[in-house]
Amino acid sequence: MDILDIIKPENQVFCKSRLMTDATLSYCPGCGHGTAHNLTMEVIDEMGIVEDTIGVAPVGCSVLAYDFMNIDMTQAAHGRAPAVATAIARTWPEKYVFTYQGDGDLAAIGTAETIHTCNRGENIVIIFVNNGIYGMTGGQMAPTTLAGMRSSTSPYGREIETMGSPLKITELVANLPGVYYATRQAVHTHKHVRKTKKAIRKAFENIRLKKGVSFIEIVSNCNSGWKMNPVESNAWMEENMFAYFPLGDIKVNGKLK
Amino acid sequence: MTKVKGAIVVDTEVCKGCDLCIPVCADHVISMSKEVNRKGYHYAYMSNPEACTGCTNCAIVCPDRAISVYRVKVSV
Repeated sequence: MDILDIIKPENQVFCKSRLMTDATLSYCPGCGHGTAHNLTMEVIDEMGIVEDTIGVAPVGCSVLAYDFMNIDMTQAAHGRAPAVATAIARTWPEKYVFTYQGDGDLAAIGTAETIHTCNRGENIVIIFVNNGIYGMTGGQMAPTTLAGMRSSTSPYGREIETMGSPLKITELVANLPGVYYATRQAVHTHKHVRKTKKAIRKAFENIRLKKGVSFIEIVSNCNSGWKMNPVESNAWMEENMFAYFPLGDIKVNGKLK
Repeated sequence: MTKVKGAIVVDTEVCKGCDLCIPVCADHVISMSKEVNRKGYHYAYMSNPEACTGCTNCAIVCPDRAISVYRVKVSV
C-alpha cells in the first residue's frame, strides 16, 4: 500500500490538540514542558470544558503558557499562581481553574502560597513541572536540585550540610487535609505520557467533586540546564531524579497511599 | 487476515530534532534527516515506512507535537 493512500484525513488518528496555538513553543528541544502543555489541552478538549476552564501561568520557562494554550488564561507574579487561582475559583466556583508552575516558582518563591492554598483545600488543579533547576534564568540551584548535582550556583554540587536537602513538595502537601489527590508522573516515554494524561484527567474530574486541591507533579528534564542532550538527560533523570522523586500516586481520593 | 498499516507526517518546520521519538518507536521507523530546517534543526522522517503501525508512541512523546499519525486496516 502506498504511503499516500494512508495519509488521508479520514485515517488520521493523532494530531496536535486544537487548543494549542500555532505559536512555536519557546522551549528547548526535548523539554517536557511541551508535552505537559499538550496533555493538559488534550484533557480539557476531551472533557469538553474549554469554555469553563481558566488557567494561571507562572513565572519561569512556562511564563508564556498563555501564548501556547488557546484557552482563557492569566499570569501571576512569581510564585503567586495558587493565590490568583484561589481568587478565580472563589469568584466562579463552577469554573475549572488550574495553575501550571515550575519548581522555582512553586517550590521556592511560592512555597507559602502553595502550602496555604493546599491547606485551605481550594478547588483547583495544580500542575507542577519539576526539573530540579531554574531553567529560564540560566540553570541556578532550585530547592528541588538533587544532592551533589551541579548547577550554575552550586558548581561543586549541592552540599546538603550548607544548602539543605532537595524539597519533596508533593509529599509535603499530600499530608495536608485540603489536598484530595497528589501524584508524581513523568512525560519522557509513551508509557509515562499515557499515565500522566490519566492523572491530569482525574485531577480535572476532581474539580467537580469540590473536595480540594489536585496536585500533579511532573518530573521533567532540563537538558540545557543539565548540559546534556535530550536523550541523555532523560536517561539521567530516570537514574537519578526518579531515585529521589519516585513516581506514582501519593494521595488518592483524600487517602495517603 | 487484517494488518494495521500506519504512517506519520512530520511538520519539519516545527520539529526541533530532539530525538525523543526515535527510542520509543518499537519498529525503528524514524531517523533524523541530514538536512536541517529553517531553524537549523535536523528533523525526524520515516526511514523505514513499511514497518510503521501507527501506534502514536512517537507523536505523544513529541514535545512540539510535530508528528501527525495516520492508520488504516488492510486485508492481507
